[in-house]
Amino acid sequence: MYNINETIVALATPPGVGAIGVIRLSGSKAIEITDTIFKGKRLINQPSHTLHFGKIMQGDNVLDEVVVSLYKAPKSYTGEDVVEISGHGSQYILEQIINLCIANGAHMAKAGEFTQRAFLHGKLDLAQAEAVADLIASQSGAAQQAAMHNLRGGFSEELKAMREQLIQFSALIELELDFSQEDVEFADRKQFYQLIHNINTTAGKMADSFRLGNVIRNGVSVAIIGKPNAGKSTLLNTLLNEERAIVSDIAGTTRDTIEETLNINGILFRLIDTAGIREHTSDAIESIGVQRSMDTMKRADVVVYLYDVNTTTQAEINEQVALFEKENMKYLLVGNKIDTYTNNKQGGVIYISAKNKDNVNALKQALYQLVIEGDINTESTIITNARHYASLQEVLKSLTDIKAGLDAHIASDLIALDIRRCLFYLGEITGEVTTEDKLDYIFSKFCIGK
Amino acid sequence: MFREYDVIVVGAGHAGCEAAAAAANMGSKVLLITMNMQTIAQMSCNPAMGGIAKGQIVREIDALGGYSGIVSDKSMIQFRMLNKSKGPGMWSPRTQNDRMLFAQTWRDMLEATPNVDFWQDMVKEIIVSRETVCGVVTGMGQEIRAKAVVLTNGTFLNGVIHIGEKQFGGGRIGEKGATGITEQLVSHGFETDRLKTGTPPRIDGRSLDYTKMEVQDGDEEIVGFSYLPIERIKPKQQRGCWITYTSPEVHDILKTGFEKSPMFQGRIQGTGPRYCPSIEDKVTRFAERERHQLFVEPEGWNTVEIYVNGFSTSLPEDVQYKALKMVPGFENCKFFRPGYAIEYDYFPPTQLKFTLETKLIKNLFFAGQINGTTGYEEAACQGLMAGINAHRNVQGQEPVVLQRSDAYIGVLIDDLINKGTDEPYRMFTSRAEFRTLLRQDNADLRLTELGHSIGLASDERLTLMNEKKAKVEKIKNVLAEYPVEPIDANPYLESIQSAALVERSRALKILLRPGVDLKEMQDALPGLKEAVNESDALALEQAEIQIKYDVYIEKEKELVKKMATLEDLVIPEAFNYDKLSALSTEARQKLKKIKPNTLGQASRISGVNPSDVQILMVYMGR
Repeated sequence: MYNINETIVALATPPGVGAIGVIRLSGSKAIEITDTIFKGKRLINQPSHTLHFGKIMQGDNVLDEVVVSLYKAPKSYTGEDVVEISGHGSQYILEQIINLCIANGAHMAKAGEFTQRAFLHGKLDLAQAEAVADLIASQSGAAQQAAMHNLRGGFSEELKAMREQLIQFSALIELELDFSQEDVEFADRKQFYQLIHNINTTAGKMADSFRLGNVIRNGVSVAIIGKPNAGKSTLLNTLLNEERAIVSDIAGTTRDTIEETLNINGILFRLIDTAGIREHTSDAIESIGVQRSMDTMKRADVVVYLYDVNTTTQAEINEQVALFEKENMKYLLVGNKIDTYTNNKQGGVIYISAKNKDNVNALKQALYQLVIEGDINTESTIITNARHYASLQEVLKSLTDIKAGLDAHIASDLIALDIRRCLFYLGEITGEVTTEDKLDYIFSKFCIGK
Repeated sequence: MFREYDVIVVGAGHAGCEAAAAAANMGSKVLLITMNMQTIAQMSCNPAMGGIAKGQIVREIDALGGYSGIVSDKSMIQFRMLNKSKGPGMWSPRTQNDRMLFAQTWRDMLEATPNVDFWQDMVKEIIVSRETVCGVVTGMGQEIRAKAVVLTNGTFLNGVIHIGEKQFGGGRIGEKGATGITEQLVSHGFETDRLKTGTPPRIDGRSLDYTKMEVQDGDEEIVGFSYLPIERIKPKQQRGCWITYTSPEVHDILKTGFEKSPMFQGRIQGTGPRYCPSIEDKVTRFAERERHQLFVEPEGWNTVEIYVNGFSTSLPEDVQYKALKMVPGFENCKFFRPGYAIEYDYFPPTQLKFTLETKLIKNLFFAGQINGTTGYEEAACQGLMAGINAHRNVQGQEPVVLQRSDAYIGVLIDDLINKGTDEPYRMFTSRAEFRTLLRQDNADLRLTELGHSIGLASDERLTLMNEKKAKVEKIKNVLAEYPVEPIDANPYLESIQSAALVERSRALKILLRPGVDLKEMQDALPGLKEAVNESDALALEQAEIQIKYDVYIEKEKELVKKMATLEDLVIPEAFNYDKLSALSTEARQKLKKIKPNTLGQASRISGVNPSDVQILMVYMGR
């Protein structure tokens, strides 16, 4: 859980040298903290939405000349007191200012935490919050446009309209079920069919746009590397809970790289299983695979080095670590097959049994932490669109079932079940779950009651 | 004059009678206090039990060992299985009952129940010591001690009856209301509010011309409510009901009374049920409709009294009379008594635990309309659960709480506790997410074992249920194994336009096809009939339903499991809702008051919107 009582601070402009750099603070102590390091007007007495020139002091030294923008709660991006300090774009000085803020009680913001607070204070709805994340993450013009559209609520509106139609549809079916004794007109199956068809088309288009979106915006790439038969494919399968890569006991089974996506706490990871790295191989196909593995590894955001704890020497591990350090790569050391291992365990290594699914969650957590703690460049991460996409897929599936049920003239209570499914998955996106509004609709539209 | 009782039940309506019977049958010494011994188990509104979703509840009460099913079966004058054209989850038994016989049967059964004493008096306050109830004080000044008290006051608490501009105190027409209890409970910190309900005029059947109405007969097969073998009437003996309609002329006359309507003139403050509106409400809200359906229901075997279902009203009696006379068949009608509206106190049920015990006072239970519900069935099942839990509290045993996936009763109580209600709460099948599972045909399989284990359902019930279960298993096994040759099955399949078999199949697989019926298939395949060798129609039906609807039940379970992920998200007890400023003010207040255990429970609280749930979800890192 995040602690919303803390005042958070972070660099708001991209890292690196620029003309100016902006540091943002948000929280109940944002102004107070700034006052302690700012020499100029006393900010706490200044009105909201004002700019103030002054100096940031480190003890008696002037660290930088800055302009401070004040936004008082609730009229700010996050809904809390927000201070933006615009300084000169030196990486070193900006870091010093942030450190000063932290020394005076601020906490380093986690990825997305400003946007999360904006959401928690009702400044943005979830779809909008996700769009902000996309906007920050987007690198291409097309992605930015899509994100801007979401931010303006287009996505929310469309979903809302769709859900409304379906609730009406559902209400008509429920009317037939709960009020069959009443003197009311029941649903016209032909109109239903048309409605389902229309919803299906809209949902289909939306899902397609996601598919495109996912190509533009990739997740965090994770290369799983290791010697042949270290258990890479088994680990991949365990993480994904399904049989994708070919698993066997014969070393060198995986001939190509396989990519799958995995959602850990809302962050999308692209898992890349590589052909086993083996230096000398006589098999031509396999050696091509090995070359690809090396390339993949260098391009990945993070490398998971998986080794068999029973057969790997310390020298081998050290050699790998040296390689990672030299290439400046983010990496995790993962010892596999602990189910048959009895020796002492070392710090800094995650011990798992991919086959028995032991401790795999610790690995997931470690990957998540790398992103959350900012060790990995998160510019390419996308927060929860994968969740929306999966829900839309379920929506489409249930629509197909509704159609099939209508075709087979099955009892309407059973069709209603598929409608509930459909509504539930739509609700997963919009956050709606109860059945009450169907009854509300019925009571408002139909004369019910003896 | 009185011993100390284990359980005192206040009120002898549907809730009170079930509560008294349940607690007594489990072994408690029970005193049932009613203001009038002559009006035990009155059907204050229409003379019918069951119906859609409600029929399922009556069967659940029966499966647990309550009396409502038996009483309804013994006093029925007509039986219908509603929604028979829908899936079996929707089949809903409904009886038309002899009002007097219904009440008489209840009284007979209570008198035959050991451990139930009776006392005619008005309870005007409860005795509370150290936040625990320990008895009641009556209007006659008796102080009667008990370890637990169940309040089932119905519409009697500060009841006010309205007919046109007239208004007077009363719990039912001709019966005085109950005073004192509301005020006392409020002084203990309870919240209270007003609800309203209404009832139509009663007519002299001898004055009606039935040739101008459509007849509605009972079913040719009488299934009934109780799982016990009860002697029921023969189909041919059933009484018919009639259907007639209002017209624009009727509506015009009704409108002449609107200026004296307590509803429209604001004299009635309480909220009425949207699904049971008065005729004046229907005419106003659905002005475009030229007619409204009326059901003309006989009140019993021997009485000429008629209940005009659909004509609930609180307009002045002369307007009621003039309007009704314009209805086909009612030209010469004579009134026994006019319709009226009644306002009464209820206690928003969010003040209760899942056992129906109040949160504020230990061993004090509420059941029925006092909790804001409407309907005999809704009241009866609450009475049953309150009776069970009052007994168990007294005995120091674990509470019995039904889940939403166990029974409609579980849905009802969960809804009441979590959502509360702003209008009289009635059960609908759409309130249950396990609708395919919670059927009228399997309430015994779902609940009798539990009922028996707590000492309520008899050995006979358990034996019958186990026999049925065994038969069903046997039939299912035979069907799963029995080989069917194309040559034997194809003529039948052809006759129902189902694709012909090309190779040998199993009977069970064929039964899964839409349109295939077990009885017809057995007739077409004599060998199968011989192998199944079962004459118990209910067991055959049960096996067929289980086979045919298994896939849907699985689908339902899967969906509910997905939805239940919210149930798994536990909200810390000391959660500080104040720090989430995005929560709506209403949601924050409700959340702080109800303190939901899980996000699922939070999402069901009325006033907590999806956006509030999202905010909680995000905050909890999900």
